[in-house]
Amino acid sequence: MATFVATLTKRKTAVSTGVSIPVVALLVAGAVFLLIGCLSSEIFAQQTVSGLADGAIFGLLALALVLIYRATEVVNFAQGEMAMATTYFAYQLTQWHLTYWLAFVLTLAFAFVFGVLVQVAFIRPVQHKSVIAVVIVTVGLFILIDGVVTWIWGADLKFMAAPFGNNVYTLSGVAFSRLDIGVFLVCIASMVLLWLLFQYTKLGLAMRASALRPSSAALVGVRVDRMLAVGWGLAAVLGAVAGMMTEPKQFVLQPPLMQPILLYAFAAAVLGGLESPFGAVVGGLTLGVFLNLIGQYVGFATSELRLPIAFAVLLFVLVLKPTGLFGRRQVRRV
Amino acid sequence: MPALLELEQVRARYGAVQALHGVSLDVEEGEIAAVLGANGAGKTTTLRAISGNVRREGEIRFAGRRLARTGPDDAARLGIAHVPEGRGTFAELTVWENLRLGAYTRSGRLRDDYARVQTYFPWLEERRNQQAGTLSGGEQQMLALARAFMQRPKLLLLDEPSLGLAPLLIAEIFRIIRELNEHEGLTVLVVEQNAHIALQAARRAFVLEVGRVALSGPSEELQQHESVRRSYLGY
Amino acid sequence: MSMRRAGAPAVAAAVAALLCVLPFLLDGYHQGIASAVGIYFVAILGLNILTGYTGQISIGHGAFMAIGGYTTVILSHDHHTNLIATLPAAAALTFVCGVAVGIPALRLSGVYLALATFALAVSVPQLPLKFSKFLGGSNGLQTDHTVSHLWLYAVSWACAALGFVLGWLLLRGRIGRAFRAVRDSELAAASSGVSLPIYKTLAFGVSAAYAGVAGSLFVLWTNGFAQPNEFEILLSLKILIGAAVAGLGSLWGVAVGAIFIGLLPQLSASVPLIGPAHGQDVVFGFVVILIMLVLPNGFAGLLWRVRAAIKTRPGTS
Repeated sequence: MATFVATLTKRKTAVSTGVSIPVVALLVAGAVFLLIGCLSSEIFAQQTVSGLADGAIFGLLALALVLIYRATEVVNFAQGEMAMATTYFAYQLTQWHLTYWLAFVLTLAFAFVFGVLVQVAFIRPVQHKSVIAVVIVTVGLFILIDGVVTWIWGADLKFMAAPFGNNVYTLSGVAFSRLDIGVFLVCIASMVLLWLLFQYTKLGLAMRASALRPSSAALVGVRVDRMLAVGWGLAAVLGAVAGMMTEPKQFVLQPPLMQPILLYAFAAAVLGGLESPFGAVVGGLTLGVFLNLIGQYVGFATSELRLPIAFAVLLFVLVLKPTGLFGRRQVRRV
Repeated sequence: MPALLELEQVRARYGAVQALHGVSLDVEEGEIAAVLGANGAGKTTTLRAISGNVRREGEIRFAGRRLARTGPDDAARLGIAHVPEGRGTFAELTVWENLRLGAYTRSGRLRDDYARVQTYFPWLEERRNQQAGTLSGGEQQMLALARAFMQRPKLLLLDEPSLGLAPLLIAEIFRIIRELNEHEGLTVLVVEQNAHIALQAARRAFVLEVGRVALSGPSEELQQHESVRRSYLGY
Repeated sequence: MSMRRAGAPAVAAAVAALLCVLPFLLDGYHQGIASAVGIYFVAILGLNILTGYTGQISIGHGAFMAIGGYTTVILSHDHHTNLIATLPAAAALTFVCGVAVGIPALRLSGVYLALATFALAVSVPQLPLKFSKFLGGSNGLQTDHTVSHLWLYAVSWACAALGFVLGWLLLRGRIGRAFRAVRDSELAAASSGVSLPIYKTLAFGVSAAYAGVAGSLFVLWTNGFAQPNEFEILLSLKILIGAAVAGLGSLWGVAVGAIFIGLLPQLSASVPLIGPAHGQDVVFGFVVILIMLVLPNGFAGLLWRVRAAIKTRPGTS
């Protein structure tokens, strides 16, 4: 155990990110502000907790986007729809009387296969030809998946069993819903598992190597194309979790489920820096909390303005630091 | 005894530009062979043709078997380790992660391999968790060698290991290369612009000019050869 | 080369003649489709000028269309302005908006710009919901009168022709050369005296103006209604698809792109197996993917390959 912790701390000094002192200071200040706010106001605390749950979902989908972007410089516009489709798969499993968590796990396996298939069938043929072409293919996938899901299940509202129940706990006057806590924990657990995969397994190392220097990775025997497919599979799994956590928060399942989430995920990914997984997570959590608090305390900011506000945040950050909070001008090596 | 590596009339091009016009050479098992030549002669391309990084025609035989138009990852699996121009180090990863990647094609525990590597590069252990990009040029070259060695290859392809290094370091690198060759039986094909040090380490050499082998033979002969002396050895 | 130059005005004349005759061969419904193609032509042309010629990527042109569309509707609804007169107004307003977007866009590159404009496309349609008193909320607003199919066809294609000629003139001259210089190498352009910020923002403004006019026409196409859900993200994505099918840097490809996104949804609605409501999306999405797999550089890429093949044929100069 001691050696494990030691390697953890040792790794932190060895790993370099685009972290700069001002950004870290800003985040620490923000965290302190949140803490003080939570302690002084119940509503503040509630909105923060709820925002963290929303933000965990944004961060998870953003992480999927960053995963693919880091490896291929492609933004996958279909990430949200893929997440939505896998959620419908879970729904179908529960309709066939499987328990929720069994359906959850099976859906993750399905999502992985789905992601790999999409990469191999649709992305691989174009990935070396033109970046625009790949982006358009993902846009086409967006439309195609939406159409197929609506065709199979229809556009009407569907309801899934609540995974965490509807209990609400109260702690010193602040109401925490079991749902928010559950969503937050599941999302964070997924992120941590992914991190462990990347840092401590041979496969994860090979994937990182493929993303950093594809030709050098090939020289040591890594099948870079396969790593890309696995990357898409993992991103689809993350998306599936995000989708299955979004459904209970929205209370219903319908085809446009993930479309707004995709937008917030874009904002979170850009906010954090498109090449930074850590940034995606932090960006998501920050955005979630920020949107909730703004909505609560700024009267002008009603729910219609959530998306424009997310956009304004995005633009603001990009104007100040064009590569996002944790991004750095990465010179792509071959 | 057939050579470990045989190239027969290998042609290679980058798009429309023909880089190799028919290179034939061979490397016997257990020897160090060198490929010399000026910039642009096709030395790097020759190595790339072997490891499958460039479109090529002509026949390449490795350990008696024809190498099909395989990619670099297949070459690695067959036992060819290629340390490219620029060393191919994963600068963002740690020293240990680089070594681990070197052993990617090997299954089983790496402890023994790592122990062997440490006998040649003892300083690696204390730098395990250091980012590879923060190493000096010489250290990175040695890391590249160590990484290739972790693969326990049959053939080591080295592209200009002396590039950018001070003479003392160059001598050290080649000393290690010779040791790996003598004690581990590693066959080496080294491409070098520094003909002097290459001819000292190699048993045989091939001189490339404009994508063809202009001269070949044992190192001692080439060292005496008039045009080699003038063009590549400077006297 | 000279053959081609002589051919181009003849082809243009033939196309113009065809366009003049076409509406009289079609019924009202199909005239509407033909008008839609013209409208998309204008929008795609605008995007092509931006991306194809200056290399800046925008997935936000639906937002500019929304601004143009609402301009027309408000002018017509509140001030009873002549509908044709609203078009220059829409163009002017969206030009200004385009320049306003172009200025912060200077700091962003590649994918960041694409995502920022994407966010713009998503956000702008939300504004009418927020400011529903002025902008009609989710029900939208309507112009004070509707127009006939033939009228819309004529105006749409007149704008398309005008836009084409304007674009052609613009890109031939000094400005066009500057645009292309910016696209090919910003560094080289800057060091040869091309003022980057001016030309990049100019390109954004012009591109937005095209989209604004397209938006006005679009509103007229939907019976004079401007509603937020008409301008949702799918519209921006369609324009982007149209531009990709067109390929970058070819004015003729734009026609192909416009025909593609104008006609395909109609055609795929009649695919039997899949229900009519959803068949559209499935077929459209699938065909888009297929086209990108086969022609990653769009129609312009195909043209380029064909021309290259003709040039290298023995016997030609």
